[in-house]
Amino acid sequence: MAIATPPRPARLGRLERPALTGVLVREIVNYSSYWRASTFSSTVEPTIYLLAFGFGFGSLVSEIAGYEYVEFVGTGTVATAVLFSSAFPAMFGTFVKYQFQRTYDAVLAAPVDTEELVTAEALWMAIRAGVYGCVPLVVAVFFGLDPAWGMLTVPGIAFVAGFGWACFGISVAGFASSFENFNYVVSAVLTPLFLVAGTFFPLSELPEWAQIAGELNPLHHCVELVRHAAFGWDGWTDLVRLGALVLFGLVMWRIAIYAMTRKLVD
Amino acid sequence: MSADLAIRLRGVVKRYGSITAVDGLDLEVPVGTCVGLLGPNGAGKSTTMRLLTAQAIADEGDLEVLGYRLPEESKQARAQLGVTPQLDNLDTTLTVEQNLLVFTHLYRIGRADRRAAIARALAMANLVGRRESRVDKLSGGMRRRLLIARALVHRPRLVLLDEPTVGLDPQVRQELWALIDALRAEGTTILMSTHYIEEAQRLADTVLIMSHGSAVAAGPPAQLVAEHAGREAVEVYGPPPRLAEVETAARTAGLRTRRTGTSVSVLGVEGADGRAPEGERRPANLEDVFVLLTGEEIA
Ligand SMILES: Nc1ncnc2c1ncn2[C@@H]1O[C@H](COP(=O)(O)OP(=O)(O)OP(=O)(O)O)[C@@H](O)[C@H]1O
Ligand SMILES: [Mg+2]
Repeated sequence: MAIATPPRPARLGRLERPALTGVLVREIVNYSSYWRASTFSSTVEPTIYLLAFGFGFGSLVSEIAGYEYVEFVGTGTVATAVLFSSAFPAMFGTFVKYQFQRTYDAVLAAPVDTEELVTAEALWMAIRAGVYGCVPLVVAVFFGLDPAWGMLTVPGIAFVAGFGWACFGISVAGFASSFENFNYVVSAVLTPLFLVAGTFFPLSELPEWAQIAGELNPLHHCVELVRHAAFGWDGWTDLVRLGALVLFGLVMWRIAIYAMTRKLVD
Repeated sequence: MSADLAIRLRGVVKRYGSITAVDGLDLEVPVGTCVGLLGPNGAGKSTTMRLLTAQAIADEGDLEVLGYRLPEESKQARAQLGVTPQLDNLDTTLTVEQNLLVFTHLYRIGRADRRAAIARALAMANLVGRRESRVDKLSGGMRRRLLIARALVHRPRLVLLDEPTVGLDPQVRQELWALIDALRAEGTTILMSTHYIEEAQRLADTVLIMSHGSAVAAGPPAQLVAEHAGREAVEVYGPPPRLAEVETAARTAGLRTRRTGTSVSVLGVEGADGRAPEGERRPANLEDVFVLLTGEEIA
């Protein structure tokens, strides 16, 4: 049976490649003017966490949950790097581009819809998270973590998690009416999620309710997936974790589009 | 839709809470013409521009741009539209060329044509020598020219210019007028908002005077002047009491007047015989019409 190809619609569709490319090119060209600062903050910060905890704390506890502490933190801080290179730039960058540079006004006057704009911006930050997310792992390998084939999946895990966090950041910027509002989100949402992700200590030491809550933390899934990529997979559990990250990304993506449409189109 | 209209608005209403920014606006821009939207601050000019790119969605009315219905088909319209916003939104840490390059991508110009498109835009805006300069190193006039050039990379059929010369010194303004004139000569349709009367008079084939969100008059500048302000005006200077006297006298004689800060203009004096006061005679102009119809004073 032959499958009829549907006629090409005369209308321009949703999520068109040229529109996404256009927005990405803008980001890439801009990146060429600020990549140093951005690479610096996205890699140095998690590395400092890694060194401070890995060696400072590592001298007190040599082993945790069956891993050497440096290895435990080295794999865990990948999630930190992802968070720092997606959620934060998304929050601040989106707000600046909307409010001060009015960049989005210029982009939306071109044949680009808000949905495409948000998607391309999130993809861009996800790509960066995929790259920057590997830095702590490389540093940890340098300090004695054994390389493993599974580590090749880390950029992919960081990308998926980064997409969700970027969309989270864009949503926050979309709903916020001023910079000050970000403080609430950082203190009440990001800091707790960051600390209770299993990065620096295993969640198994926490009370049961906190462990259950931890399973709702996308950052925790990212931490676990990266750890298993380095030390060995955990079958179905890891697939479920990956599924959770994908779901987080999809939900946040739609919320980000909603929030920015409200903000950009009046 | 009639094929010879680039823009057609019918009864368009746009509200922001209790403010009605655009209030039943009708607007027609024939293909190949330059239409000037003239109105005081807050008249709704920028809101009208944003409606045309679907960055604002109308509460009521019909909008068509280049034959596409808004907001549903606005993306197709935007592909053939060039927009210069009132507020500069260039990427200031990029060079002139990089700014244009980004827009060749956003406007989907094929790889083979990009260089030529950038070169052409640079030439039009007279920025060839500044190709490598960072935008934050440019003068205000150059930035404006770049902002316009950026809207032209894809050879749009229709260009929206929102107060293209606001805040610029007279000489830079003249440069921009030359640029807009060149566009017009190429056959590009232009909708331009301004509150500089002279700008509208110089560049626009048709002027639409906007006040409180709707059109109070529309037509070629000369026709508007003839219709609303007559042929000649007398301008009387003097201390305030004297000006008040002149106003009262002119009104009782059935003549229209308007204030110009330090003077009073008595309009339509060509047929007034002895009823016109002594003063400087001058041809009536678009400014007279603007002030009469919007009740605003021009600085
Ligand atoms: N996003 C918005 N939210 C609320 N009110 C708005 C918004 N945009 C415009 N307005 C209001 O709509 C009215 C028309 O504004 P608009 O910017 O269209 O005027 P304008 O003719 O462009 O004025 P100007 O010459 O000062 O640029 C104003 O009263 C303005 O305060
Ligand atoms: Mg305006």
